[in-house]
Amino acid sequence: MNYFSYIAFIPLPPLVSFVLLGLFGRKYLKHSSGIIGTIVLLTITVLSLLTAYHYFFVDGKVNGVYQSIIPLQYHWLQFSPGVSIDMGIVLDPISVMLLVVVSFISLMVHIFSLGYMKGEERFSTYYAFLSLFTFSMLGLVVSTNIFQIYIFWELVGISSYLLIGFYYDKPSAVDASKKAFIVTRFADLGFLIGILILAFHAETLDFHTLITTLRTAQSPQSISITTSSFLGVSMLTWGLTLVFIGGAGKSAMFPLHIWLPDAMEGPTPVSALIHAATMVVAGVYLVARLFPLYSYDVIALNIVAYTGALSALLAAVIACTQTDIKRVLAYSTMSQIGYMMFALGVSGHGGEHGLGYMASMFHLFTHAFFKSLLFLCAGAVIHVVHSNEMKDMGGLRKLMPLTHIAFLIACLAIAGIPPFAGFFSKEEILLAAYNSNKFIYAVGIFTSMLTAFYMFRLYFSIFHHKEPQVQIHHGEGSFSMKLPLLVLAACTAFAGFVPLSAFVTADGIPLKTHLDIAFSAVPVILSIVAILFAARLYRKQNDLPDRMATSLGGIYRSAYKKFYIDEIYLFITKKIIFNLVGKPAAWIDKNIVDGFMNLLAVITTKFSALIKGLQSGKVQNYTLYFFAGIAGLAVLFIYWWK
Amino acid sequence: MNDIPLTHILFVSTALFFIGMYGLFTRRNMITMLMSIELMLNSVNINFVAFNKYLYPDQLNGIFFTIFIITIAAAEAAVAIAIIINFYRSHYSIDVEDSGEMKW
Repeated sequence: MNYFSYIAFIPLPPLVSFVLLGLFGRKYLKHSSGIIGTIVLLTITVLSLLTAYHYFFVDGKVNGVYQSIIPLQYHWLQFSPGVSIDMGIVLDPISVMLLVVVSFISLMVHIFSLGYMKGEERFSTYYAFLSLFTFSMLGLVVSTNIFQIYIFWELVGISSYLLIGFYYDKPSAVDASKKAFIVTRFADLGFLIGILILAFHAETLDFHTLITTLRTAQSPQSISITTSSFLGVSMLTWGLTLVFIGGAGKSAMFPLHIWLPDAMEGPTPVSALIHAATMVVAGVYLVARLFPLYSYDVIALNIVAYTGALSALLAAVIACTQTDIKRVLAYSTMSQIGYMMFALGVSGHGGEHGLGYMASMFHLFTHAFFKSLLFLCAGAVIHVVHSNEMKDMGGLRKLMPLTHIAFLIACLAIAGIPPFAGFFSKEEILLAAYNSNKFIYAVGIFTSMLTAFYMFRLYFSIFHHKEPQVQIHHGEGSFSMKLPLLVLAACTAFAGFVPLSAFVTADGIPLKTHLDIAFSAVPVILSIVAILFAARLYRKQNDLPDRMATSLGGIYRSAYKKFYIDEIYLFITKKIIFNLVGKPAAWIDKNIVDGFMNLLAVITTKFSALIKGLQSGKVQNYTLYFFAGIAGLAVLFIYWWK
Repeated sequence: MNDIPLTHILFVSTALFFIGMYGLFTRRNMITMLMSIELMLNSVNINFVAFNKYLYPDQLNGIFFTIFIITIAAAEAAVAIAIIINFYRSHYSIDVEDSGEMKW
């Protein structure tokens, strides 16, 4: 399949542009760096679309089944005959789909940033970081090897850290970037241990071999991993659960979600790219990549399902109370990712049971469009209002007609109103949940209602509610800021009609889906009710929301305080870990480690003070030593040297 | 000439050597110290010549060494005096006690 060899060039140009802009950007390419980055992204987007076309329509299918093709593979580090870390590129339905999504959304963000970040002091650094991020994310999705994915996983983490902390003179941004890095790093520890467990038993790091050997029921590797257990749970479950912890950290699943809302300190286009559309779905992608193994292990799959459902619900409740528009969007991201996770969790492998897998990927696909659209609209709004708070906004629909329409489309899509993108994917998810787990279905449908409510609360608060409090001086934004909104709004409106089930399924065999009007009616009607409710509360200024908040009392307060999860973390880290581990460690470091070093230094100083008198600078003393030495040697040679 | 035994000559050269050494240790004037060093060198020369004459009269090795030493001593004296002159220029003294700066 040399036909696909050009795909190797998809992740590379962003790396080159990162190096170029990172090294020379600030001095020589100050004004052209945005254009350079955007052109590079345009190239790879075209390449990705070409690849997708060839894969899905020309070469990918053999006997009606989509194959996974490895056009490129390098042996990099060989540990033993079976275990090696390879660098390669794999093409299968999910990686091709994500290539398109990542490069396309990244391109939109690049274009949007041309206007949004204009005049920024570190403009080219910003583009260098964006390129680095795009490179690592593309490398992540095409990984053939579980360790390769880990390497790119960390690269994604570091570029996210750099971009969140982009405004490094703002203490809150610095804190947020540290928090994001530490929380995801902590989760990655689980990922690493999971990798080691899986690789130890399967005796390989290669995805394909790993999955096939562990799924073959009679293979020695499979017997080894299912029979050995720790704390009464099999090693397979441990391995998969630990890998899922890594995924949960990156995808901001409860309880590792605390970094995501704070990550909104970064520039808004970055939030659109990283914390909505691409990086946070890395966890979903990881579970999907190892899905044949997850579907083999009921416990791990249930953990995925319930974590996803809990995160979806919790985030939706919190999102109803937040007042910072970017935070609302952040929690809505967490909630939608929760949807993807529990869709994977309720899915089976192959045939009709694989609906959840397909639905999850479908939702990933549509969510990328409408969530990046929402964030870019929020960016445009913030650009005009210079504030993130809802109370500073209102009535912007006349001032920003284009943003208003785009935001409305995205809200309808995320609320699941037909015929917008979110409707189709959400229906599939709910159907999959209905078929396998009624409890999760109930959570899903309730969350879907909450989603409609908080999104329209946001919509009405920004664009209606009261008369505008700002004057627009420089129009709605430059052309480079409007274009992505237009393109993404079109995608959001029509992405739902992409027959993804024919392309992306767990086993590669196209799946027939059909819309059941009776089934779809319930969530849609509930969403419409929620939208009307939001309209009643927030369309015009009134005191109803405040009265409701007061009557809900404790529930409202705790949701507003994000259920005190941050405080719990702070308590655990500051009070327990610092006191029990940090302080003793600091004491040992200060007294024992440093003490030993100081002792050595003191001994050396004392000894040198003792003997330094010998070097007096007096020539005749030196001569005396010299002759004494000669005399000593003479005595030695004459009397003892026999 | 053969009436004088080797030991006598060795006595002379040893005396000369220790006189030089004494001068080197006790004198503070650099020129005098240099002269003392020359004395010690010359005592060695005497030894070389004497051993050559008494032990291997048919060879000239000792004499050669002596000539070498005399040559090198001349060069060394030139270097030493140059150092002393420079020292005098910077310190207005050729007393070795004043040159104690090169220490730890």
